Amino acid sequence: MSATTSPMPNSSVPGRAKDRATSEALGRRRARADAIVRVLCTAATILGLLFLASILLTLIIRGAGGISLSVFTNVTRPPGSHGGLLNPIIGSIIQVFLATIVGTPIGMLVGTYLAEYAGESRFGQVVRFVSDVLLSAPSILIGLFVYQILVLPFGGFSGWAGIVALAIIVIPVVVRTTEDMLRLLPNTLREAVIGLGAPKWKMIVLVCWRAAVSGIITGVLLAVARVAGETAPLLFTSLGNLNWSLNLSQPMSSLPITIYSYAGSPYEDWITLAWTGALIITLGVLGLNIAARSVLRARR
Amino acid sequence: MITRRIALAGLVALAATPALAQTAQITGAGASFPNPVYQRWGEGAKAANIQLNYQSVGSGAGVNQIRNRTVDFGATDAPLTQQQLTEGNLLQFPTVMGAVVPIVNIPGVAADQLRLTGEVLADIYAGKITKWNDPRIVELNSGVTLPNLAIAPVYRADASGTSFVFTSYLAAVSESWKSSVGAGTSVKWATGAGARGNEGVAGTVRNTRGGIGYVENAYATQNRLATVQLRNKAGQYVKPTMETFAAAASNANWNVPGMAASIIDQQGANSWPIVSPTFILLPTNPTDAAKTRAVMRFFDWAYTNGAATARELEYIPLPETVQNAVRSAWGQIRVDGQPAWPAR
Amino acid sequence: MAQVAVPETLEAAPARPTTRKGSGTGDTIFAFLCRAAAALVLVLLGAIIVELFLGGLPAFKAFGAAFVTSTEWDPVQEIYGAGVPIYGTILTAILALLLAVPVAFGIAFFLTEMAPDWMRGPVGTAIELLAAVPSIIFGMWGFFVIVPVMAGTIQPAIIDTIGELPLIGSLFQGPPFGTGLFTAALILAIMVLPFIAATMRDVFLQVPGVYKESAYGLGSTRWEVMRKVVLPYTRISVVGGIMLGLGRALGETMAVTFVIGNANRITPSLFGPGNTIASIVALEFGESGAGSLKLSSLLALGFLLFVISFAVLALSRWLLRSRLKG
Repeated sequence: MSATTSPMPNSSVPGRAKDRATSEALGRRRARADAIVRVLCTAATILGLLFLASILLTLIIRGAGGISLSVFTNVTRPPGSHGGLLNPIIGSIIQVFLATIVGTPIGMLVGTYLAEYAGESRFGQVVRFVSDVLLSAPSILIGLFVYQILVLPFGGFSGWAGIVALAIIVIPVVVRTTEDMLRLLPNTLREAVIGLGAPKWKMIVLVCWRAAVSGIITGVLLAVARVAGETAPLLFTSLGNLNWSLNLSQPMSSLPITIYSYAGSPYEDWITLAWTGALIITLGVLGLNIAARSVLRARR
Repeated sequence: MITRRIALAGLVALAATPALAQTAQITGAGASFPNPVYQRWGEGAKAANIQLNYQSVGSGAGVNQIRNRTVDFGATDAPLTQQQLTEGNLLQFPTVMGAVVPIVNIPGVAADQLRLTGEVLADIYAGKITKWNDPRIVELNSGVTLPNLAIAPVYRADASGTSFVFTSYLAAVSESWKSSVGAGTSVKWATGAGARGNEGVAGTVRNTRGGIGYVENAYATQNRLATVQLRNKAGQYVKPTMETFAAAASNANWNVPGMAASIIDQQGANSWPIVSPTFILLPTNPTDAAKTRAVMRFFDWAYTNGAATARELEYIPLPETVQNAVRSAWGQIRVDGQPAWPAR
Repeated sequence: MAQVAVPETLEAAPARPTTRKGSGTGDTIFAFLCRAAAALVLVLLGAIIVELFLGGLPAFKAFGAAFVTSTEWDPVQEIYGAGVPIYGTILTAILALLLAVPVAFGIAFFLTEMAPDWMRGPVGTAIELLAAVPSIIFGMWGFFVIVPVMAGTIQPAIIDTIGELPLIGSLFQGPPFGTGLFTAALILAIMVLPFIAATMRDVFLQVPGVYKESAYGLGSTRWEVMRKVVLPYTRISVVGGIMLGLGRALGETMAVTFVIGNANRITPSLFGPGNTIASIVALEFGESGAGSLKLSSLLALGFLLFVISFAVLALSRWLLRSRLKG
C-alpha cells in the first residue's frame, strides 16, 4: 500500500462516473461501511466506559461502607481492633512522590536525548530499545534487583529501596512519552528558535519542553498512576511497616502492600479495609489525574 | 495524630521501668499462616514496650531474610532441618498451632455433612476421582444424595504454608500422593486450578459448582464456608472444631530436632487430622543482641499472655511444658559468653 | 539494527537542526546530562539482566537448554522448566492485544472523528483514567466481578456450544472455574486498552487538519479519511502505542496472579488454568529459599522474560521497517 492516498477507491477515473448506477452503488457501499464502522466505534467507546464504571462501582459498593474518619487517623492494627490506614497512605504518598521526583528528570533527559541528540546514532537506537524493554520489565524483577543491590548489602528493608524500585519504573514511561511528544513538534519551531541564535539547550528547555509540556505531564501522570498501585516491587524493598514511621531508612508502609495482604486475610474488618484502601488509592490516583488535567486546561 | 502521640507517650511513661525505659522495635518477616495472631500479639506487647513489625511475605522469604539477617526474626510454616539450622546459625522454636480444613460447594450437600477420608481427598486432588457421585465417595456417605457433577479442585496459587500443611497431610495418608506429588509450599498439582490466598480459594470454590478447596480454619469459620468431616487415624469421622484441633495438638511429640513436631494425622479418637505448628527462627550468633533479646521478650510475653487471643483467632496455644522448653532453648544463644535468656 | 526509528515520511522529525554557532558551555553540559541519563538507563537494564542471568545460572547449568522447553515444574522433586510460563506469557499477551487493539482503535476513532466537541474531553479523560487504575485493583475487580460472570455464565455457555465443535472445540473445554488463561488475557486487554487508545488518539490528533479537510473535501467518508489519510500518516506511532500496551501485557504481574489459576501444565483449553512468567515469579518467589534451585529457576525465568521482550520488540521494529519500505 502506498502512502499517497486517493479518497475514493477504484474510482479515480472520471469516465466511470458516467455510469450512474455503478457510482451510486459505490456510494451506498461506502456509506454503509462508514456507518458500520461508526456504530462499532461508538460501541467500543461505551464498552471502555463501562469497564471504568464497573471498577468504580465495585470499589464503591465494597469499599465505601468502610470509609470513616478512623481510616485516616488510625494506623494499621490487628483484626477486630478498629485499625486504619494512616501509615500506608502516608507511606505510599512519600514513596510515590519521591520516586516521581527521582525518575522524572532522568526520564525527561533520556527522552530529550533520544529526540533531540541521538538522531540515527547506534547509541540512540540501543537506548531507545533498552528503554522499551525496561518498560515491559515485570515490576517484581525490578523489586528483586533493588533487593540485591540495596537491601542485601545495606542490611535491611527501607523506604529508600522502595523509592529506587519505583523510580526505575517511572523512568521508561517518561522516556517514551517525552520522546514521542518532542518528535511530534514541528521542525519549523526548532528552526525558528535556532534562527534567532538561541543555544540548543535553551531551545529545548524553553521552547520544546514548554511546547510538549502537556504530553510530558500526561506521561508523568501515567507513570505516577502505574507506580502508585505497584505492589510487587515494594514487597522486597520497602517491605511494609505496621507502625507509624516516617524514617526512610526503615521499612515503610504502603497502601498496595497493605491491600494485598489484607485482601487475602480471613478477617471481615481487614477485607473491608482492603476494599476501602483500594477505593482510596483509586480515587486518589484518579483525582490527581483530573486535577492535573484541569490545571493544564486552565493554563491554555 | 497528636493525641495518638500523647497517648503513646503516656503509655511509655506508665510502663517505664529503669531497665526497659525504651521501646524496643523488632522486625520480623515470613509465614502468612500465623500472621493474624502475631499482629494481635504485637498490639498487646506494646504494653510491654515492644513494638513489633511483622510482614507476612511467605515462609521461604522469611527464611531468606533471617539468613541474610535483614530482619530480627524469621517465621516459617515448614520447619527447617537440623542441618539447615546449623548451616544458617539459627534456632527454631514453635509458637502456635493451626488447622487447615477442606471446603466444598456441592448443591444439596450441607456444611459438615460430607464425609471424606485422606485417601479419597488425595485421589480427588490427584485427578483420580473426578465425579462427586464416584462410588468411593458414595460409599462413605450413605444417606447423602451426591450429584453427578464434575469435581473442580482448587488449590493455593501462591506458594504458602497452608499448602505445605495440606500436602503434608495428603502425603502422610496416601502412599501414591507421597510418591507422585509429595509435600511442599507449592507442588506439581495434577488437576484443578489455583487461586491466590485464602480469599481466592474460597471465592473460586464458591463460584464453581462442584468445587473443593482448602483454607485455614479461621477463614472457614469467619466466612461460614461449607467444611467437611474427615476420617482420622483412629477411624473416626471428626468435624473441624477447636476441640478436635486441641485433641490433635495434645498428642504431639515436641522432643525432636528443631522442636519440629509433626501433628499431622495424629492418634486419638477425637483428633482433627490436619493440624500443624508454625515456627520462629532466631540467629544463634546475633549481631544485634538487644534486638534478639527483644524478640525473646516478645514471645515470652506472648506465651504468658497471648493464649486467649490465639484461641479467639482459632489457633491452638502451645502447652506450658513446650513453652518452657522453648525458653530454656533460648538460653543456648550466647551473647558475650552469657546466655541471652533469661534477660537480665 | 536497522534505522527504523527515524521516520522517512512526512511525519514528525527528519534531521534535527543543529547549532553550529554558540554551542557554549550550556550546550555541552546539557548534552552531557542527556547522554549521561541515557547511559544510566542502559547500565540499569544491563545490571538487571546480568543480575538475573547470574542468579539463573545454576538453573541453566542444572537443566541445560531443555530448561527453556521443558514443561515440567515440580518444586518437590526440584525439577524446573520454563515451557509452561513462556507459553502462557506469549499466549495471554497476544490474546490481550487481539482483544484490545480493535476496541482501542474504535475509541480513538470515536474520539477524534466522531464525537461532538463537548464529549471529547470528558470521554477521553474517562478512558485515560482507566489507565490510572492500579493493577492490583484490576486484579481484585477481575477476581470478584469478571471471574464469577465467566464461571457462571460465559464459560458454561461457550463450553456447551463452541466447546462441542470439532477442532476449535478443544480450545473451550474443561470445568468453568472462571479463572484461567482467557480470563487473564481479558483482564490484560482491559488494562492495556487505555494505553493503546490514548496513544492512538493523541497521534490521530497530530494529523494536520489540511490533510483531513482536503480528503473530506473530495467527498470521503470518515472511515475513508481514517483508513486512507490518518492511519498511513500515523502508523509508526500507532504501532508505538500498541508496543506500549504489549510491554505492559508481557510484564504485568499482580492483576494476572489473581485470575491465572497458576497451573504448571499446558492445557489445550483457553479456559484452563495456566501461568505467565511474571505471575509464577510473584506467586512462588516468597517461598523460594536463598540459594535454592527454585529461586534460581525463577530468576532464570525473569531472564527469559527479558529475552522475550527483546525478541518481541525487535520483531515489531523489523515489521515496522518492512511496512515503511513496502
